[in-house]
Amino acid sequence: MTNPVHFEIKIPSNTGDGLAVQEQLILLMERFEYSMRDIFAMRLSLEESLTNAIRHGNKLSPDKQVEITCRIDHERMHVVILDEGDGFDPDDVPDPTLEEFIERPCGRGLMLMRAYLNTCEYSDGGRRLTMERERNSPLPILED
Amino acid sequence: MSKSDRRIDIEEISGVTVARLLEKKILDEANIEALGQELFSLVDKDGRKKIVLDFSLVEYLSSAALGKLITMHKKMATAKGKLVLCSIQKDIMDVFKITQLNKILTLCADLDEALTKF
Repeated sequence: MTNPVHFEIKIPSNTGDGLAVQEQLILLMERFEYSMRDIFAMRLSLEESLTNAIRHGNKLSPDKQVEITCRIDHERMHVVILDEGDGFDPDDVPDPTLEEFIERPCGRGLMLMRAYLNTCEYSDGGRRLTMERERNSPLPILED
Repeated sequence: MSKSDRRIDIEEISGVTVARLLEKKILDEANIEALGQELFSLVDKDGRKKIVLDFSLVEYLSSAALGKLITMHKKMATAKGKLVLCSIQKDIMDVFKITQLNKILTLCADLDEALTKF
């Protein structure tokens, strides 16, 4: 059985570096033999969260970094993403499924992460996101 | 644009434009922006009004990619055209259901069904 892995990295505020980290974390999931469903969920969540931190948090500033901490074992993958932006209130993000927002081209990332993750919690004024997906989680749960 | 740079493959079937998305992962910004431009040019530049987007090769997509699909859907509606999506893998279909975009976009099981929508 593979021993738990702890991984920490700081990246500059560009989405190319975000994508490279995402690939490293997905490789870790593959090494721990997570299912394709778990990997789909985490890849989607990592893409949304890293893009949010880099683009909306740090506003692509070359003076700011994004810190990523990951802990993975056979039961779960736990990731913390910390940006250096002004933060935000997740409660201010409107429900993108409401009639008045459904045709907006943006604003669905947070909803998707909440659907796919066992833990999706913002702290530190919205600068820190803690994400966790358990192995073989039944999420997302769809109504039909 | 050379063929290898393209993100969609175009085919005409009975007056309907079938655009097959060629990328497995529609995730990173540059790719999504380029895909958006290719899709939008089908309606803005070419004036096509019957379009099927074939998702059979797509394994991942992000919310930014959903944004491009919504913009495409709105452009088609403005042009009084019709946009249909087909052959969407289960994981991707879940994304459409979670975001409830299955209520505003026309989604079909396969290309044959999609072609009956025009």
